[in-house]
Amino acid sequence: MPKKEAIEVEGVVSESLRDATFRVELPNGHEVMAKISGRLRVNYIRILPGDRVLVELSPYDLTRGRITYRFR
Amino acid sequence: MGGIRIKYTSALGAHKAPGVTIKSARELDLMREAGRVLSFAKDRLRDAIEPGVTTAELDRIAEKTIRKLGAIPSFKGLYGFPATICTSFNEQIVHGIPSKRTLKSGDIISVDIGAVVGGFHSDSAFTVGVGKITEEGQRLIDDTRESLRLAIGQVKPGARVGDISSAVQAYGEARGYGVVRQYVGHGIGRNLHEEPQVPNYGVAARGPLLREGMTIAIEPMLNLGTWETSLLDDSWTVVTADGALSAHFEDTVAITNSGAEVLSSP
Repeated sequence: MPKKEAIEVEGVVSESLRDATFRVELPNGHEVMAKISGRLRVNYIRILPGDRVLVELSPYDLTRGRITYRFR
Repeated sequence: MGGIRIKYTSALGAHKAPGVTIKSARELDLMREAGRVLSFAKDRLRDAIEPGVTTAELDRIAEKTIRKLGAIPSFKGLYGFPATICTSFNEQIVHGIPSKRTLKSGDIISVDIGAVVGGFHSDSAFTVGVGKITEEGQRLIDDTRESLRLAIGQVKPGARVGDISSAVQAYGEARGYGVVRQYVGHGIGRNLHEEPQVPNYGVAARGPLLREGMTIAIEPMLNLGTWETSLLDDSWTVVTADGALSAHFEDTVAITNSGAEVLSSP
């Protein structure tokens, strides 16, 4: 499977789970479980419930994704 | 995509509903995923709809989004339809082909879209106004959306297709709309169109029985004028016979043990 550009959506973190995973609520009402991307970890970007974030959706399972940006 | 063409005199005869398929939990998961793809794609399209955009551009956005989310467009190539979405302006009811025509303020546009995940389809449609539209146009859109909501409210195991049909017909006709009869909702699953047909007119408590594990696409189409339709020369685009505005909403719904689960909207 060739690597494809994933689709990105904006959402709001609703709950912080273990293993740097968060539940993110999207404006269309869907919820995704999203992990923090490596780049955010390296730069110690903290994410808290209520933060607006950019989530990259997995093309294999739309209930999962990766947080690639935290808005300030 | 809007339903199959039927002879409207025969619709109520289909009691036995052969070919109705019951979906397993795994199959429902695939349809749920396809539904999620659609709801993301519909968001993208709603954001993109504004005066000056062509329907061909909308089609490109839809196809790109669907493919990026790991699904395949349902409509492209099906029965020879050339695009990912059907875009139907104003008096067009369903099956409009995306083209270089631009959206203008005052238009109302219906977008119908389908996606396949792991061999299973989901199908959905919505209508929105472009820029500023007339009050009666907006009312038509809102009422059509409401008729779909009411129809979904009828869905539960043990109910019959006629309950859905009559809910749409009663609501639509009470408000003076023409309720389209030649195009119908449908069962959905491994194929985009399966048994049973789900007309938007009919008698409550009649017709095929709804059972747990069935999945159907319900799609009311309401017109500001007559319910009668005609077909344009491209042999796809369906328009109202009197040229009045038409709106169309559709969701794919699974029948669960407690009622209905809408797969194609959050």
